[in-house]
Formats: sequence, structure tokens, C-alpha cells
Amino acid sequence: MKLRLKIWRQQGPHAAGEFVSYETADVSPDMSFLEMLDVLNETLQLRGDVPIAFDHDCREGICGSCAMMIDGVPHGPQKSTTVCQLHMRHYRDGATIVIEPWRAKAFPVIRDLVVDRGALDRIIQAGGYISVATGNAPEANGIPIGKDMVDRAMDAAQCIGCGACVAACPNASAMLFTAAKATHLGLLPQGQPERSHRAVNMVRQMDLETFGGCTNFGECSEACPKDIGLEVIARLNADFLQATLKEREGA
Amino acid sequence: MRGEVAAVPRGWVVAFYGSTIGKKIVMAATGVILVGFVTGHALGNLLVFSGPAALNRYGELLKSSVVILWIVRVTLLAAVVLHAHSALSLTRLAQQARPSRYAKHATQASTFSSRTLRVGGVVLLAFIIFHLLHLTTGTVHPAFSPTDVYGNVLVAFSIPAVTVFYLVAMLALGLHLHHGIWSAFQTLGLNHPHLERFRRALATVMAVGVSLGFSLIVLAIAFQLVG
Repeated sequence: MKLRLKIWRQQGPHAAGEFVSYETADVSPDMSFLEMLDVLNETLQLRGDVPIAFDHDCREGICGSCAMMIDGVPHGPQKSTTVCQLHMRHYRDGATIVIEPWRAKAFPVIRDLVVDRGALDRIIQAGGYISVATGNAPEANGIPIGKDMVDRAMDAAQCIGCGACVAACPNASAMLFTAAKATHLGLLPQGQPERSHRAVNMVRQMDLETFGGCTNFGECSEACPKDIGLEVIARLNADFLQATLKEREGA
Repeated sequence: MRGEVAAVPRGWVVAFYGSTIGKKIVMAATGVILVGFVTGHALGNLLVFSGPAALNRYGELLKSSVVILWIVRVTLLAAVVLHAHSALSLTRLAQQARPSRYAKHATQASTFSSRTLRVGGVVLLAFIIFHLLHLTTGTVHPAFSPTDVYGNVLVAFSIPAVTVFYLVAMLALGLHLHHGIWSAFQTLGLNHPHLERFRRALATVMAVGVSLGFSLIVLAIAFQLVG
């Protein structure tokens, strides 16, 4: 396959970036999208050019490292898939592909396609945890939990923190991420004691990180490689309202 | 600030409205008030089809208690102000949240009504101001009578430009309600799977019903099917 790639190149956080076009020959339909970029980077290096920087780690769709906007869609055209699991067989020979980084004030570009997603870590730090006494691991089945709750918590816990929701959102809102993280704990008994604090603190941090607000467009859920549903957002809204109305700590 | 875990601010009202979710909840709650008003308004206006006596009697009834009238007016004004302020504030935040735009951005899931919500809101605000000056105070009405509601509307929609503006505003209202009503359920946390089909359907029925109801009145008068 031959492809024409328009890729965002930016030397550093404060440099002005621009699109650079690359022609690639010898792309196999069996390659993953990242392998295609690897091959391009090898050619660039042989030519003495600087390779294109992009995040990647596990390459099996579970770590949330790979992140790029492909033709205006986070992670590319295949639904429920991270970039590393997208294969070149989905493209036709001679196609032009536009690749750019996530764009949000809260995700500053470090280089080329790599952005700093530390804002998501700080939201977790603000409340995306449960406090437990250290010691021996508790008996796994000590607290009975209904299967439906386990399933729903697991659905929310599938979030890999890739940031596609922020990238897809017209408001650059991190609501789907924050809500998924609050929900997977809030649905389980272990998550109850800190539920109100969690909602208030995570939302406050989310706002401080300069993400936009949620207006229920639904683009986030569509772009999510793990199919996190919009119901988690409604749940976080309800938790936040409840924390303000009922709990002493308030918003 | 970026990069720090926040300290707890004081004052729950400030903290609540200061957050994006708090603003959204205020927008949803005021939206519920405004949807209730606009539904009642549309139903009441349909009395135009029962003739001058019915409509004018209805107009008198609404103004029969000055106290209730002003309680309603102040509530609605407060709702509009809070609704618009939260919208403006969230729009600014959203614009600041993405300083550099994508070269290519494909929308995948969002509806037309959700994408036109903000511009439609501006149209509606302009419409509300015009409408109050037009048919409540009569300031911009060519032959306003405080008691003859029926006569006022007949004169109002004999002017094509006014009719067109009202119809455009009602289209904006329909689109606004279509996303707004569904979105309010989501923001107020009412999202049980049993509700999902109902809230989509309710939003569509209300949007079409209210927008069409008002438009029919305007069209019927403009084409002299009434009066």
C-alpha cells in the first residue's frame, strides 16, 4: 500500500507546530497503525531526519498510552479500538491520512503527537481512590456484591485513561474520564464512605485543570475505545448534587 | 492551579456555582422552569382558535392577581438570567479549554440540535427581548391595546418580517428543547435505563409539540385563517 500522511510536527512545548506530508510505500495491510509509523520512522532515521514522536506502550489496547487524532477521530475510524489495535487493512491504497495530537489546553503538546496527560493523573489523585488500612489482603469474598453491580463497576473500570473523550469533546471536557473513575468505585461497597468527597474533589480538580464543561454532546462515549457509556456522567452529576444537598462537606 | 491538588474553598454556594457541574445543574433546573412555562404558554395561546372572547378572557385571567403575576414574572426573569449566565460562562470555559483547533474534526455522535444549542440560545434571548417589547409592553407594536390580546396578535402577524422572525425563533426553540430536555435529565442524574427511551421521546414530543403549536398560531394569523 502507498499512503500520503499529513502529520503534526512540533519540536517542543513552546514551538509552533505545522503539518508535514510524508509519502510511504511498502505499507502492509497486516501492519498496525503504530507499526506503519514505526516503519516511517525507520525511513526518516535512515534519511537523517528526526523521527515522529508518539506515545505507545503495551500495543495490545489496554494501557491507554497511544493517543492520536486520525482524520478527525480519536484513535481512528474503527470503533472501540485504540490506535495500536487499528490495522492498515482498513485503509485503501493511496489514501491520505491526517494525524494530529489531542488538542486541549489541559493536554499541552510535549512533542509532535505526544501530549502531557498528567491532568488526568491529578484528577485521580484528588479522589479516584479508596482509603484502606494496610496489612494483609482482605478475604476476596468477604463483602457480598451483586453480580449486576460488579458488571457495571467493571464496565466503568475499563477506562484506560487515554484521553480520547477529552480529544473528541467539542468542549474539551474530561467528564467521561472523571465520571468513569468515580463510578467504578461508587458502585461498590468499598467506595461508599468517600463517595461524596470523591465526587466533589475530583470535579474540583477537573475544573482546575482547565477542561471545559460537559454539555452532553455524546462525542466522548462514541470515541471511547472502551465504550464507557454516558450513564456514568449522569451518575457523577447526581453524586455531586447529593454531596452539595445532603453531606456536610458540600461542594 | 494546574499541577496542584486543590485546597478546599469556603462557601458552598460559590463553590457549587463555581464548578462546571454546579452551573450545569443550575442550567437544568432553570431549564425545567422555563420548559414548564413555555408549555403552558403554548397551550394557553391555542385559545386564539376559539375566538376573541376566549383569548381576551384568558389574558384577563392571567393578570387578575398582580401579586401572582409579578411572582411569576420575577421567577421567570431570574430563571432566564441564571440560564443565560451559566451558558455564557460554560461557553467561555469551553472555548478556553481548546485554544488550538483541529485541522480535521469529525463529529460522530452529537445531534444537530446539540451543536446548534448555543447559537439557538442567542436567537432565543434576542427573541424574548423583542417578544416582551412587542406583545407584553407593546413598545414596538404598531397598534397595541393592553386589553385586546386578540387584536394585538392579528395586527402583529400581518407584518411578514415579524412573522418570519417568530417562525425562526420557534425553530430555534424546538431545537433548543430537543437537546435541552434530554440533557436536563442527564445533568440531574435521572438516567435509569428504564428512563432512556422515555426521556428521548419526551424531548422530541415536547420540542415538536411546543414549536409547532406556536408556529401554527403565527401561520394561521399570517395567512388569515383566523380573525
